[in-house]
Amino acid sequence: MPSLKEVRTRIESVNSTRQITSAMKMVAASKLRKAQNSIITMRPYAAKLHELMQNIATNLESSSQGKFSVVRPLERILIVPVTSNRGLCGAFNANVIRQTNKIINEKYSSQLEAGNVSLYCIGKKGLEFFRKSKITILDSEINVFDKLSFETVVPLAEKLMKHFEDASFDRIVFVYNQFKNAGSQTLIEEQLLPIELPAKVESDNVEGPEFIFEPDKVQILDQLIPRTLKMQVYKMLLDSYASEHGARMIAMHKATDNASEMLKELKLTYNKARQASITKEILEIVGGADALT
Amino acid sequence: MKLEIITPDKTIFSGEVQLVQLPGVDGLFEILNNHAPMIAALGKGRVKIENENNKLQYFEINGGVLEVLDNKVLVLSE
Repeated sequence: MPSLKEVRTRIESVNSTRQITSAMKMVAASKLRKAQNSIITMRPYAAKLHELMQNIATNLESSSQGKFSVVRPLERILIVPVTSNRGLCGAFNANVIRQTNKIINEKYSSQLEAGNVSLYCIGKKGLEFFRKSKITILDSEINVFDKLSFETVVPLAEKLMKHFEDASFDRIVFVYNQFKNAGSQTLIEEQLLPIELPAKVESDNVEGPEFIFEPDKVQILDQLIPRTLKMQVYKMLLDSYASEHGARMIAMHKATDNASEMLKELKLTYNKARQASITKEILEIVGGADALT
Repeated sequence: MKLEIITPDKTIFSGEVQLVQLPGVDGLFEILNNHAPMIAALGKGRVKIENENNKLQYFEINGGVLEVLDNKVLVLSE
């Protein structure tokens, strides 16, 4: 049986841990709400953009190839794993890292042997892990989550677009956690570049309104495509950000529950120890009194 | 007609207007009530709005796309 004092200090330490985890849970919950709000405000924009793209792609007579939809032979691959800057969020980062390793070793093994697979790490956790591996790290981005907004994502997206445009990479793939709800996220591998233009919708039944295009379809499409790409990057980062806080919330909730459980057991041991020491004292007193008479 | 100016982060403007002037890639143009359906690319510049009470309002945009359909004007900007 542990001594009273030992149990007391344990209770104190578990209690303070519990306070920390429950505070972290609250913080994650409020950040999650904010991230969810940004996702909601972004959705109509993304939907409209997609609709416009489709509209123009359908109206386009010739399937003109933009510079972002060129499919080149796969020689150089850039993989962008999106992780978080902080830990304590369950398997969130480990999943991304595992999946990244998996696709490098399975899908792009021939490119890996030629040394043509590079990484662009987003988030500190992924960077820390891959720095120890043999794969080249082209660049990294860790401050993007400090204040996540469309403007902060644009430079990153432009950098990636440039890498594809000047043919330093033939394919750019993101690995990230897609937000489903606060309790679950799906690990997704999504190709950013080259982009696939939305398939032409065969409009045989209802003829849509005749649009005036100003200045012309090709120019509008040239403007729309970079915008869609930026949007896609922004969406993926937002998803990952929301997932991170969702995952952390769940992890911290579980930690708080476990701490409460532990506290209950410790209190029981404490009371038992206290009871035992009282019983022992009484026995000593009775024994002493007996000896006197 | 109804005008909406949205960015990925927020909705900048939403409401009834009489006139909207936009910076097209080839120069400024205006849209009035009952305009034909149109899709246009926008450049960097200032959007001028005249609301129902003839009050003027201005917004800066950094490029975007415009869609006019059924008396609804939608500006997707950055």
